[in-house]
Order: sequence, then C-alpha cells, then structure tokens
Amino acid sequence: MSHFLRRQGWVVGLFALLIVLFIATRIIQPGYGSGDFGSLARAVLPYAFAVAAQTVVVIAGGIDLSVAAMMALTSVTAASMMAGASEEYALFVVPFVLAMGFVLGALNGLLIVVTRVPDIVVTLAMLFVLQGAALLVLDAPGGGAAEWLKALISGTVPIPGLPDAVDAWLPKALLVLIVCLCVIWIPLRRSRLGLSIYAIGSSELAAFRSGVPVKRTRIIAYALSGLFAAFGGLALTMSTGIGAPIPGPYLLASVAAVVLGGVALGGGKGGLLGPIVAVFVLRLVRTDLTLLAIDPNVTAIIEGLIMVAVVMFGAFITMRGRQ
Amino acid sequence: MTTSAQQQSPLLDATGVAKNYGAVAALRNASLSVLPGEVHALMGANGAGKSTLVKILTGAIQANAGRILIRGEARDIRSPAAGRRAGLLPVYQEPSLIPDLDVLSNLRLTGTPVEPFRAWVRELGIADLDLRDTARDIPLAVLRVLDLARALAVEPDVLLLDEMTAALPANLAEKVLEVVRRQGDAGRAVIFISHRFVEISALCDRATVLRDGETVGVVDIVPGVEEKIVELMLGTRIVKTHVAARSAAEKAVSAPARPRIAVKDLRVGTKLNDVSFDLRDGEVAGVVALEGQGQDELFAALAGSIRPSGGTIEVDGNQAKFAHPIDAIRAGIAYVPGDRSEALAMQRSVRENIALPFSAALRNWGPINMRKERDTVLGAIKRLQIDTRAQGEVQRLSGGNQQKVTIARWIAADARTILCFDPTRGIDVGTKQEIYKLLRELAGHGKSVLFYTSELEEVQRVCDRVIVIFGGRLVDIFPVEEADEPALMRAAYGLPRGAKADVGILAAPNASEPGATP
Repeated sequence: MSHFLRRQGWVVGLFALLIVLFIATRIIQPGYGSGDFGSLARAVLPYAFAVAAQTVVVIAGGIDLSVAAMMALTSVTAASMMAGASEEYALFVVPFVLAMGFVLGALNGLLIVVTRVPDIVVTLAMLFVLQGAALLVLDAPGGGAAEWLKALISGTVPIPGLPDAVDAWLPKALLVLIVCLCVIWIPLRRSRLGLSIYAIGSSELAAFRSGVPVKRTRIIAYALSGLFAAFGGLALTMSTGIGAPIPGPYLLASVAAVVLGGVALGGGKGGLLGPIVAVFVLRLVRTDLTLLAIDPNVTAIIEGLIMVAVVMFGAFITMRGRQ
Repeated sequence: MTTSAQQQSPLLDATGVAKNYGAVAALRNASLSVLPGEVHALMGANGAGKSTLVKILTGAIQANAGRILIRGEARDIRSPAAGRRAGLLPVYQEPSLIPDLDVLSNLRLTGTPVEPFRAWVRELGIADLDLRDTARDIPLAVLRVLDLARALAVEPDVLLLDEMTAALPANLAEKVLEVVRRQGDAGRAVIFISHRFVEISALCDRATVLRDGETVGVVDIVPGVEEKIVELMLGTRIVKTHVAARSAAEKAVSAPARPRIAVKDLRVGTKLNDVSFDLRDGEVAGVVALEGQGQDELFAALAGSIRPSGGTIEVDGNQAKFAHPIDAIRAGIAYVPGDRSEALAMQRSVRENIALPFSAALRNWGPINMRKERDTVLGAIKRLQIDTRAQGEVQRLSGGNQQKVTIARWIAADARTILCFDPTRGIDVGTKQEIYKLLRELAGHGKSVLFYTSELEEVQRVCDRVIVIFGGRLVDIFPVEEADEPALMRAAYGLPRGAKADVGILAAPNASEPGATP
C-alpha cells in the first residue's frame, strides 16, 4: 500500500483535485449534469491525445514541439480524404492517417538521432514544415468526416443492466480515449520497449550500458508521439466534422498537462494516467471559470497560477517526504 | 612467463588494440589475455589507457585497430548489448542501474533472471532488499553490489570489475572479494581493476600492466611482485631525482608561525575521511592521488563548492565555514579546476574573464572602473605572457593559454591561496614549464598553492611537500626531496614508503637520495 501511494501519490492527488473541482462545478452550476460531462469529455479528447503524444517523448527525455502541427496535418488529411467519399472509405482513411503520424513522428526521431541537432530545434523546424504542409492539403477549414466516425464520440455507451442515470455518465468519447490509450500504452508499459523508453529518459549512459539500443528507442518514442498526435488529429475531425489547417492551442496545453501530471520534464519519471487526469483538471478549471463569467484573459492567468502552485506543492511534499 | 596455465586456451584474447582520438593515441598496442578460472588484474598509472581498453572490450566505444577473440572466436563488439551476448559483463565505477526504475524493472530491462539475482544479493551480504525500491533511493554502496549481483546472475564468461571495492564499506568489500575469488575457482574469468595492491595480491592470479597505451608486461602475482609492477608502470622513463633548486630567500619565506590553511579531520561523505594537513604561506604542497581517491572532494570543500560533513578548515587561524565559493574567495582562496570550461566564460573575452572575480562582485554594482580594470588585466596578461591574438573569445585560445587565463584572474584578484587541480592537463610542454615557473614564483611571493597533478613528475618540479591521499584518507606527508617517481608511484598506490629518511624541507638538496628505494 505504501508503495502504491509513493508511486501513484501524484495521480491520486490529481484525482482528488478533479473530484473537488467537480463538486465546485456542481456548486457553481447546480444543473451541471451528465450532458455537460459528455461535452467535457469530447472537448478533452484532442487535448488528451496531444498530451499522450507529449508524455511519451518527455518520458524518453525529449520534447516534441510539433504535436499541434502534426494534429493539424493529420486532421486535414483525414478530412480532405473523407470529403464526399463513401462511409467504407473511412475504414481505409483511419489507419492511413495513423500510419502517417507514426512515420512523421519517426522522422522527427530519426532527424534528432542522426543529425544530433537538439530535439527542441528539430521539432520546432518540423512544426513549421507540418504547418505548411497542412495548409497545402487544405487552405481553409473544410473537408468532411464519415458519419460513423462522428457517431463514435457522440452520445453515451449503453451498457445493458445499468440504469440510464449511470449510463449517462459514460460518454463514448471517454470510452474511445480509454480504449485507444490502453491498447497502446498498457502493452508498451509492460514491454522491454516501454522500460527502455523510461531508461533512456532517466539516464542515457546507464541505459546504454544496460544494453538498451538508445537511438532506436528514441526514434520509436517519437514515432509513438506521432501516432498519438494522429489520434488527436482524427479526434479533431471526428468532433468537428471538418479539418482545420491552423494548429490549435494543443502544444502548450500538452506541455502544461505533462508537467501538472507529474511527468518530470527531465525524463524518466511519471506515467500516462497523471497527464490525462491533468488535462481533465485544466479543462474543468476553464469550464468553472467560464461558468463564473470571469474575463477569459483572467482565466489564462488563473490557469497559469494553478499550474505553478500545484507543481510547487508537489515538489514541497516530495521534499518533505525525503527528509 | 611460461606458467602451466599458459597452455590453456584463453577465454578472452585481445591483441594489438589501438584507439585514437584525433591526433591523440589513447591506446597504441594493448593486449590482454585472460584464461578460464583466472582473476586477472589490469593495472596502469593514470592515463595509461585502462579505462579505454575496458570501454573497448565492453563495446562502449570501438577500437581503431586490434583483434578481440572470445573463446577463440573473433567477435566484433559494437555495443554493450553485443558485449553481453558475447558473455562479457562489466561492472562500472558508476552504477548502471536506471535511477528512475525500480530494481525489478532494471532486471527486466537487461533480461536478468530474478531468482539467481536474489541469491547473489543475499550471498553478497545484503539481507533486506525490496525489489520494488527505486534505484535512486538505494545507497551507492548497495547499488554497486546490486550491479555486481546483476552481472553474476547471468553467469558471464568474463566479468569485468572496475574499481569494484572503491565505494564499499569493509564488510561488503570482503564479501565481494570472496565472491569474485569463487568465480575464478568456478572456471570463469574476472578482469579486476583496482588501485589496491592488498586486494590484488590476495585475489589475482596474474596482472597485465599498461603504460602509455601499450601493454608492457604480464606478471604472475607472487609475493613481492609489487615492485616489479611499479617498475613496469613507470617503464624506462629516466627516474628524475631532480628537485627544483630553491633559493635561500625562497626558503626563508616558508617558516611562518601559523599555517595559512589548517585542515583538520575533514570528512566529505564517504569519499574523504579524517584528512588533516597544513598549508603554509610561501609553499606549494602537492597532492598525490590516483583518480577518484577523494582529492576532488578535498578541493571542492576547500573551494567552498561543497560542504564537508565533518572536520574543520581554519584560515589564518580562524575557523572558516564556506557555504558558497564566494566565501572561500573572500578568504583569499581561489580554485583553478582542471577542466577549463568549468572556470571560463568561453564565449567572452580574455579581459572579461580575468576581470570577472574582482569586477563582478555584487557590492560593486554600478559602473566598472574601466581604467583600473584594464590596468589590472593587462598586468596579469603580461605577467603570464598570455597569447592575446585571439582574445575576443576565450574558446579560441589554446588550452594552455586558457589555463593561463584561469590562473591570471586569481593573480589579478590577488588571491593568497590558489588551489590548482591538475592545471597542466592536456596542455603543451612549453606552457607547462611556464605554469611550473609561475607557481614557484607565486610561492616565492608568499602565496600558498595546493597543487594536485595526475603527472607524478610534476610534483618534483613544483612542490615543496607531498600529501598522499589514498582511498579517501591522507596516508602520508613527506618533503619533495624524498619524492622521486617510484616513491610517488608506490605512495599513490598506498604502498608503505619504506624507511623514512629524516629529511626536512630545509635540508640541503644533496640529501635527496631517494629514501624509498629499497
């Protein structure tokens, strides 16, 4: 038990914070119900994938500035391919776009490993390249999405035997998120590859000496980041029904959630659950501030303050624990 | 060298291994042959190429030339993973467990079977290990033992131990030696790198000695072989008994009533234990130590960059507590690190770098007195004869000139004590001579210098006294007249100095008969 708390203490704390925020939301807006939760989950979806993309590379000791641009490119690619196409065609589009993200991500990693240019520079350059490419694919928001894809994240999951009142709190978007992340993350976390990703982030030298193929692992970490970003791009297309070539605010949001989620920016520490919960926390804070009719500019300030306060509080607790 | 063991075919046989870094040859022609069932010592002075050879054998770096046979088969070990597959497992000086993973995950990462690992951990004297503990939270000594247990658990053909016992408390070290010895008896081979002759004579069957990147001898470990090994490590280099002639005037300075710095029972973690010595005005005291014997910690503590965990430092008779290098600098103690990049702002000019310590103090905020700064800097540049053709950016100067800049800044700041940590590392012979001369001059002007060098011959050229540190303890202090190279080498390896000749610093130079040669 003490082991669990020590390891997962941060995530448990975030969950507690999330629950407090839900209660606060109910107090601010007594009518806040399952429908609102559903739209929260839908709004969180692209953010969550962006965060997953960022988390993988940060754990591997890097950073990926091209996350949002990657989402934009994959989103417009999906939207333009599906525009006017048959429903079945989308069955091909989805894996194609995911593969594209994976390959572009791997390209990021390859450039970093081969050229030895710092990751922050390579991914910044990639940000511009992908942004431009997205505008080439679609110069204005447009395209389309298959109906079944859109339906995938709207509504709730009907589970037989459960009362509707409970069912209503299980939005499909949440399920999609959980399934997509679990299918990739859990096997990864338990494999040697996952360990290797943690290892190169924690200490590259020690990893090298332990026989970890450092370069290959780094490339794969970036490829996985691209894959998650492609999921994010698809999620954008699914929720809006179109593709938008201008990247959304996902880059900074992903870094913020990674930090808030207890992943050390130096690498090697943390997991995926923390940052995902952190995304919910950050979105819910924004919802609450909107409900309170606070000036959006002040909202941003408050979000920043919350982040600093939580991370400082966490560091403080950790230091107390060490002594 | 025709022992009966020689007839067996070697487990590991490396011949003609060479490695160049640019124009510098780290290894020229190294060979190492290890037989089954043997514990083989790899020895050599600092910079002889031990660590390069180890890195090549374990796949951390690639050799430029040479042949490595494992069980008679040529193997090209291109990565540590390939080394593991070839049955060659190292335990490095720094623990190689991933700090953020728990022990179990670390085992899974390297594909180490858990049960044998547990058994070895118990065998090595650690009773209560929780495999769920994160490596970061485990003490260093235990980590090293875990590293060893992890290597043992996969039953390697050749186990490579680099200074395995260095960071271990006595009880763990004993267990480790026991286990290593049994590895040999079980028909496996162990390559054992250690600076401790005691361990080597107790444990090893043979020793390969490296000098200047070449294997210069393979000897059987028999009683009394230490002298032979020291000889091999030194080679045919002319043993200089030359001691820099000191004028009577210089000598006269060095007899003050109280020492400039008095170190008493200084302790830094586990690296440095109960070190006491004095440093007087007008003297250059040489610190002789092999790599990593605690000299880094000693200098860092004196320079105020780490806090000692025990003992006292007195400056001019007053107890000093350094919380920050600025405290040491205010007390007139300046630190010149071996690695110039630690001291200099590489992209800035020579002038700024020299002026930094005396112009940049916070209390002097406001306009800098440019004329005064220029005069002081020019004085220092002139005194050290710094080549200022590329003075716009320090990084464009040669290593020797960079080192001069780091020393010049403290002369300009008028520091009374200079701590030089291997100041001649990687610089040309001419500049080295100038630095020797400069240090002597500083002492002549009543400054005091603590001088660590990895090149033993420098000790005779520069120092008045020799302070020997071995295994974190001060083992000997003797006047430079007794410090010929064999004596220093023996001292550095913790061997007793033999009959101490009763020669003080003030004795005539002709009394400098090497007192330690038997």
